[in-house]
Amino acid sequence: MRDVWSMYSDKVMEHFRNPRNVGVIEDPDGVGHVGNPVCGDIMELYIKVRDGVIVDARFRTFGCGAAIATSSMVTEMVKGKTLEEALEISNRAVAEALDGLPPIKMHCSVLAEEALRSAIEDYMKRKGGQGASSGDGQITS
Amino acid sequence: MPERKIYMDYAATTPVRPEVVEAMLPYFTERYGNPSSIHSFGQDARVAVEEARAKVASLIGARPEEIVFTSGGTESDNFAIKGVAYALRGKGDHIVTSSVEHHAVLETCKSLENEGFKVTYLPVDRYGTVDPEDVRKAITERTILVSVMHANNEVGTVQPIEEISKIAHERGTYFHTDAVQTVGHIKVDVEELGVDLLSTSAHKLYGPKGVGALYIRKGTRIAPFVHGGEQERGRRAGTENVPGIVGFGRAAELARAEYEDEARRLSELRDKLIEGLRERIDYIHLNGHPTRRLPGNVHVTVEFVEGESMLLNLDIEGIAASTGSACSSGSLEPSHVLLAMGLSHELAHGSLRFTMGRWSTEEDVERVLEVLPEVVARLRAMSPLYNVRNAYP
Ligand SMILES: Cc1ncc(COP(=O)(O)O)c(C=O)c1O
Ligand code: FES
Repeated sequence: MRDVWSMYSDKVMEHFRNPRNVGVIEDPDGVGHVGNPVCGDIMELYIKVRDGVIVDARFRTFGCGAAIATSSMVTEMVKGKTLEEALEISNRAVAEALDGLPPIKMHCSVLAEEALRSAIEDYMKRKGGQGASSGDGQITS
Repeated sequence: MPERKIYMDYAATTPVRPEVVEAMLPYFTERYGNPSSIHSFGQDARVAVEEARAKVASLIGARPEEIVFTSGGTESDNFAIKGVAYALRGKGDHIVTSSVEHHAVLETCKSLENEGFKVTYLPVDRYGTVDPEDVRKAITERTILVSVMHANNEVGTVQPIEEISKIAHERGTYFHTDAVQTVGHIKVDVEELGVDLLSTSAHKLYGPKGVGALYIRKGTRIAPFVHGGEQERGRRAGTENVPGIVGFGRAAELARAEYEDEARRLSELRDKLIEGLRERIDYIHLNGHPTRRLPGNVHVTVEFVEGESMLLNLDIEGIAASTGSACSSGSLEPSHVLLAMGLSHELAHGSLRFTMGRWSTEEDVERVLEVLPEVVARLRAMSPLYNVRNAYP
């Protein structure tokens, strides 16, 4: 494993050491809970939505250094984005924002992308009964 | 950044002792002869190699002519298993080993399976111990070799080798043990253990990397491993790694004189670390046998946190530990040893190995006891599993 983390970028290490937005949102509008089939690691993502815009995001992750860093980064990236924009965030984009991940660790960033999708889907489901998401554009996923 | 780095990964490799380096140096420069040459340069190197052979033999209670130098533990394992398999091909085609062996043994067995040999991988109990009765049941008329490691490199469990070798011999098969983790650390005597073949590696006992030995009991049928010149009695051709072999000899000599006291000292540090971790961290479990284990080995599972993130945090604090075998570096698969012991994937993922050695001190142990609880608390605070109480097998 030593080899792997000597390949982590400074940015990955910085987010790993000081992860942003750790924790839960008490009264969330959407929750994503996903497991990584490759390694068994787990991520939970909570979002708060106002007028179709993600105003807060928090996470809890059981996973490797890359999983924690990508969780932290994805919560930073989604804040202030509309749901449509958020759905366009790919695992690659998260990895790039961290100045890249070692190839063997790319699958860890998938966890972040999937947790985000799952949280947005959850939000859509909760909203489902009450029609569209504050009228802010059609979300298809 | 920490002022002092703490190395707790002696099972992966050890630093070369200054006495060993000193013994090796002349054999790179003034004393560079080829041991096969007739002239004085060659004979000087020959004498050095034979002296080293005698020292390695003496450490394990063998005769010098029963020691073949190799390039390390991996080669010794390959040599022992393939060598016997090829020599006894006409007699049988079945090998018995355990599911917790080092990859050097497991992958060798797998490659023989591709060549038509049959291999039985014995299970272990929750402590990682092989039941000798399982060995008895597994041996058939076709069995030519039983190979069970002396101590496990990940969890440190020491196997009941005396009993297993006795059973192998009762059933008329050879017995090999991978003693890479024990030679120079606890008592290893080929007569007491009753082994026909034994693998060892210099870099685990403060010698250089890339040199090891295979003990081959006199009379054991084994095919040559490397073909070429007449070196090592034609069993392992190639000009000897003279400086490496000299270093191995010196390391063996030092180990023979010191291992007993050192094992006592390390066992105390080990138990102090285990006790301290138990007191300071809840939902932590010791892996491997509680008493039949290597002196410097502490292997734990910390529930609700993942191993790499613990290692990274420890590394930031200047503490070098590991999640298991150095060989599986970068591998995503949880350890085959932990899975064989019945741990779930999740628990296997949250494991940490600390292995101590010559330069480990009480202060090192205290530093780990100070740092790890904080690291665990920090990671648990961000773990979605922490409020779920997991059952431990
Ligand atoms: C039990 C065991 N067998 C074999 C080996 C391989 O030894 P080497 O690194 O000398 O090839 C190791 C060390 O990595 C080991 O711990
Ligand atoms: S190894 Fe599991 S998320 Fe990185």
